Amino acid sequence: MATATITKRKQPDRFGPYGGRYVPETLMAALDELERAYDKAKRDLKFRQRLQELLKTYAGRPTPLFLARRLTEKLRGAKIYLKREDLLHTGAHKINNCLGQALLAERMGKRRIIAETGAGQHGVATATVCALFGFECVVYMGTEDMRRQELNVFRMRLLGAEVRGVDSGSRTLKDAINEAMRDWVTNVRTTHYLLGSVLGAHPYPTMVRDFHRVIGREARAQILQAEAKLPAAIIACVGGGSNSIGIFYDFIKDKRVKLIGVEAGGRGHALGEHAARFQGGSPGVLQGTFSYLLQDQNGQVATTHSVSAGLDYPSIGPEHAGLKDSGRAEYVSASDAEALEACTLLARTEGIIPALESAHAVAEAIKRAPKMKRSEVVIVNISGRGDKDIGILRENLNLD
Amino acid sequence: MKIEAAAKMPISFQTHPALIAYITCGDPDLATSRDIALASIAAGASVIELGVPFSDPLADGPVIQRASQRALRHATSLGQVIELGKEIRRQSQAGLIIFSYLNPILRMGIENFAGAVQDAGIDGALVTDLPVEEAEDYLLQMRRRELATIFLAAPTSTDARLKRIADVSRGFVYAVSRTGVTGARQEMAQDAKKLVQRLRKYTRLPVAVGFGISTAAQFAAVGKFADAAVVGSAIVQIIESNPSNEAKSVAEFVRQLLD
Repeated sequence: MATATITKRKQPDRFGPYGGRYVPETLMAALDELERAYDKAKRDLKFRQRLQELLKTYAGRPTPLFLARRLTEKLRGAKIYLKREDLLHTGAHKINNCLGQALLAERMGKRRIIAETGAGQHGVATATVCALFGFECVVYMGTEDMRRQELNVFRMRLLGAEVRGVDSGSRTLKDAINEAMRDWVTNVRTTHYLLGSVLGAHPYPTMVRDFHRVIGREARAQILQAEAKLPAAIIACVGGGSNSIGIFYDFIKDKRVKLIGVEAGGRGHALGEHAARFQGGSPGVLQGTFSYLLQDQNGQVATTHSVSAGLDYPSIGPEHAGLKDSGRAEYVSASDAEALEACTLLARTEGIIPALESAHAVAEAIKRAPKMKRSEVVIVNISGRGDKDIGILRENLNLD
Repeated sequence: MKIEAAAKMPISFQTHPALIAYITCGDPDLATSRDIALASIAAGASVIELGVPFSDPLADGPVIQRASQRALRHATSLGQVIELGKEIRRQSQAGLIIFSYLNPILRMGIENFAGAVQDAGIDGALVTDLPVEEAEDYLLQMRRRELATIFLAAPTSTDARLKRIADVSRGFVYAVSRTGVTGARQEMAQDAKKLVQRLRKYTRLPVAVGFGISTAAQFAAVGKFADAAVVGSAIVQIIESNPSNEAKSVAEFVRQLLD
């Protein structure tokens, strides 16, 4: 495509040509303010200590790196370790970023928080930190996602958040982000937008990644202690891409460690049937950032499908687009059926029910591990737990 | 960034304040959009903003969101909107501006876009989600063809930003009357007047005020401090409410505003 590159400048807000800040003028000052506040905070020892303390005493870090012996035996290949982000408070990695941004909002004096949510995990984590900090909280969620993740809707309300259903478009994550941005552009002077993935305008992709880097930092130390060597591969699911960039980041410099992102293959290859941006997408701008995008020939954003609400999004974090183009990371997909099967297998071999999002990563491990040497090690990021998905699992699996 | 200054100022305002009418093209269909544009011009509108429907109009309120969905139901494209502009140009010398989100333009290619806009005799463009920082290639292609580049200025913009916005704008500058999405409001915020006064320090270009203007009283009030007023959602609402009688109803409304 002739226009893949809009700008050739190399800047801290770009990953190759990807990233940037494509928002209405009204939001530009707020993004500048956020960038300055974040730059200052990350150099502030007190901020870092407070975040570390909350991650430890409130969220439950560090999370274990668990050797999945029975799964490994069953697959007869590489040794599989699971990074247990599902054990965190609220049930997913999302809390890492929410605690960081809540501390920032407090520093900026913004006591009204808005957020979008797909699977509801980010919404629950946001509602949780808002309760903890005493902030007002509004969460936007597509009505289709509210239906399939109703338990999380109730959890958010129990935590004191207002959940606003979004009825436009495909009524999923993308539409929730549109509505959150409309709220932000209206209330920008008093409100912090607690974006839940490595998406959106600069500084979000960088800042959210930094808050999740702890996943990879811990995993690296843990695997070195357990195996005295680095893993051959790291596998993580990619919706917007926050858990994956979080576990990838500290391994990027270790060139021999394969980084594998797993997108949602949905139920078919046609546009609208999946959310595999790197297989059917092309560069474009959506919701503030330039990245790969599922779109039609006129530049209209395509609808997506995935059994997992958290992966059901037509664009992908711009840093992943950069890693894809440079070849440093590899991106594959797993279908709805493969994810459901992986979920069942992990439940029965290890007694761990992963979130359907994370089950996509498990599905890739199931395909890949048997082709690897037994001396090799693979880490799979279990980014969340499956409790929220019990309803969908019941709809899709016949266990009688 | 080095951008050559444009030689000509393509857009002229016919009244004070001038009326800039926004329509979502393809709502309800392209032929009706053409009739609405021509009828609005005949009724006194100085400029028509040809809105390109987009799947994710995150700066728009419910009225324009609904219009965009209607237009996209029959796959109205940027290419068709430019064609529509060409057709209107054959019959009118009024100002014509493409009003779009960035992605349809990227998909067409910025250079192709600028070329097509020029060939159609359209005066320029405003890209909602393209702030000045990201506009280098766009400005280059538009300047090369002496097309107007209209940028948004917001009440939240700092003075430094207003200066940059003024520097790269051609045709006029679009002052957003308040923080928020498009849509009619009861009262015009005090924000608008302050913003226009701040902008005047940096530019001699005409300043248009938009977002929320829906009544003759608001239109006249804007005229006391700005050169033009943009009316969008109110017109799109009339189109929605008057099926089969869109052009006539909009023209009547335009006359009321200018009366």
